[in-house]
Amino acid sequence: MAEVTIRDLRKSFGPVEVLHGVSIDIAEGEFVVLVGPSGCGKSTLLRMLAGLEHVTSGEIRIGDRVVNDLPPKERDIAMVFQNYALYPHLTVAENMAFSLTLKGAPKAEITSRVKPAAEILGLSNLLERYPRQLSGGQRQRVAMGRAIVRDPQVFLFDEPLSNLDAKLRVSMRAEIKNLHQRLKTTTVYVTHDQIEAMTMADKIVVMHDGRVEQIGAPLELYDQPANLFVAGFIGSPAMNMLTGRLADGGFVTGDGIALPVARPPAAAPGGPVVYGLRPESMHLGGEVPLRVEVVEPTGSETHVLGHIGATEIVGVFRERVRAAPGEEIRVRVDAEATHLFDAGSGARLSA
Amino acid sequence: MAGSSRGGLIYWLTESRNGLGLIFMLPAAVFLLCLLTYPLGLGVWLGFTDARIGREGIFVGLENYIWLFNDSVFRLSVFNTIFYTVVASVLKFGLGLWLALILNEKLPLKNFFRAIVLLPWVVPTVLSALAFWWIFDSQFSIISWVLMKWGLISAPINFLGEPWNARWSVIAANVWRGIPFVAISLLAGLQTIPQSLNEAAALDGATAWQRFRRVTLPLLTPIIAVVMTFSVLFTFTDFQLIYVLTRGGPVNATHLMATLSFQRAIPGGQLGEGAAIAVAMIPFLLAAILFSFFGLQRRRWQQGGSD
Repeated sequence: MAEVTIRDLRKSFGPVEVLHGVSIDIAEGEFVVLVGPSGCGKSTLLRMLAGLEHVTSGEIRIGDRVVNDLPPKERDIAMVFQNYALYPHLTVAENMAFSLTLKGAPKAEITSRVKPAAEILGLSNLLERYPRQLSGGQRQRVAMGRAIVRDPQVFLFDEPLSNLDAKLRVSMRAEIKNLHQRLKTTTVYVTHDQIEAMTMADKIVVMHDGRVEQIGAPLELYDQPANLFVAGFIGSPAMNMLTGRLADGGFVTGDGIALPVARPPAAAPGGPVVYGLRPESMHLGGEVPLRVEVVEPTGSETHVLGHIGATEIVGVFRERVRAAPGEEIRVRVDAEATHLFDAGSGARLSA
Repeated sequence: MAGSSRGGLIYWLTESRNGLGLIFMLPAAVFLLCLLTYPLGLGVWLGFTDARIGREGIFVGLENYIWLFNDSVFRLSVFNTIFYTVVASVLKFGLGLWLALILNEKLPLKNFFRAIVLLPWVVPTVLSALAFWWIFDSQFSIISWVLMKWGLISAPINFLGEPWNARWSVIAANVWRGIPFVAISLLAGLQTIPQSLNEAAALDGATAWQRFRRVTLPLLTPIIAVVMTFSVLFTFTDFQLIYVLTRGGPVNATHLMATLSFQRAIPGGQLGEGAAIAVAMIPFLLAAILFSFFGLQRRRWQQGGSD
C-alpha cells in the first residue's frame, strides 16, 4: 500500500499535447476513479502511472519514490487491462502465478498465494482451465486474481468492466468494491461510465480534454459541480441546462419562465446565466409549466421528456405521472438542488 | 419404361440434393484427376518400369529401387538433401525469426523495410541464382576480392569447386532466398499477439528475454509449425538454385534428390530410374508433414471455447 502523488503531469504525442498539467493526490488505501469521456487522457494517465508510457514532464510518486523513469516491473503495481490480457497458453493457475514463476518462487509459495486469491474470487474449481474456456466474467476475475497474487503497492484498473454485459457489470462493480474494502490496497480505476465512478469511488477525478475538471467525493461532485462540464457529466439522466438571467432574486429563462433559486449569488452578473436543474429535483404540483412529450414509466419512477419554454427537459418523478403527450403539467422545483453557472466561463456561481 | 427411368435419372441429377452435389463436384473432380492425380500416378508407375526416352517401359517391379539402394551417387544425394534441408531450415528459422522480431518493433520507414525484405522472395530464382553464381565465381567473386583486399586470404576461394565449399555456398544462397518467406509469415504471426500481453508481462516483472521466451514464443508456435513445414518442403524439393549454380557438382557433392532425378531422367534418358528417385522423396516429405501434423498440432490452449 502506498500513496500516489501526481504533480503537473504532461504528456505529448509528437506535437500534440494530450495531458495539460494534471495534479492528483491519492491517499494510502484510497479508491480513486478517473472518469471522463473517451479521449480525455484518463487511460494515458493510467498507462503513465504503470510505466507503459513515457512522462513528458511532471512527476509521479508512488510511496516516497519518484517513478518517472522506472520500468514497469520496478514500480510494484498491478494492472487489470480492458481486454484482461490473460496469457492464452497458460492455465488460470499459471496465469495467476506468472509473476511468481518469473521470480523463480518455490512451488509451495506459489500455491500458498494463488490458492487464497482463487478462493476470494471463486476461481478454485477453474484453476486448470485455459482462458478460452472461461466466460467474460470469469476472465475478468482471473485478471484480478493475477493482480491480487502480486500483492502490489497500487492496483490499476483500465476500464475493466466495459466488455461485460450490463447485469454482470453491476455485480462485478460490487465485487471489486468489496475486494478493495478487504485488501485496502490503493486503487486507481479508469472508466468512462459515471455510474461506475459514483458507485465505487472514494474520490472521483473528472477529466476532460487532458485537464482535471474537478476532484471530490462522489456526492460532492453531484451536489456541488464546479462547472458545467462536471454538472452535465455526473448524474443520470443528465442535468437539464436552461439559459437565462438572474432577476428579482430568482432566475428567468430566455422565454420568461421564472424558476426558484436557493441563494442568489452576491455579485450577480448581468450577463447570461445557465440554470442547472437535476431531473430528480422536480415534483408534481407547482408553478412551473412543463409540456409533456414522452412519458416513460420504469416502475419505481417515471421519466418525463418535455419542454420548459423552448428548452428540452428530462424529469424523473417518484410520483406516477398520468399525462398525455402534448399536455402541460405543473411542476415544483426543489430550489436547494438547483445550480447556477456563468454561461461564458461555465464556472459555478452560487455556493 | 426406359424413358421413364431415364427421366428418373435426370430428375435425380437435377432435383435431388445428392445428384446436384455430384454435378457441382464434377469440374473439381475432373481437374484433380487430370492435372494432379494423373501426372503423380504416371510418375509412380514410371518408377516401376525401365522406360527410357523413346521407349515404352515394361514393368520391372522394385528393380530400380534395389539398383538405387546400391548406387553410391544416389546415397550421396540423399545425404546431401537431408544436410541441405536441415542446415538451411535451421538457419532460415533462426534468421527469419530474428528479422521478424526486428521488423515488429516501432521503426522509422517500417513498411519500406518490410518491402525490402520481401525482395529476395520476389526475384525469380534463376535470376538470384545467376547473381550468386557471380558472387561465388572462382576468379571474380566479390567475397574473395574483399577478403583479399583486407589481407585475410591470399588466393580466391574456390566456392563451387570444392565439395564442402560448394555445399555451404548453395546453402547460403538458399537461406538468402528463403528468409523472406519465414520472416514475413512470422511477422504476420507476431502481429496477432496483442500488445497488452507484453505489457501485462512487463508489469508482472518479465525481462525482455522472459517476455520473448514465455509469452511471444509459445503464442507463435502454431504459426512456426505451419511456416517451417512449408519451408522444409520447399527446401527438400529445391531444384532451380542447384541446377543453375552447380548442376550437382563438384563430383556430385551438391546433387540433391530432385536434381539427380532430373539428371538421370532427362539428360540421361533413364526415365524409370529418374522417376524412382523422385518417388523415393515421397517418404521423407510425408514424414515431415506427419511430424508437423502430430508433433506441432494445435495445443490444448487453442482448443475449445469461442473467440
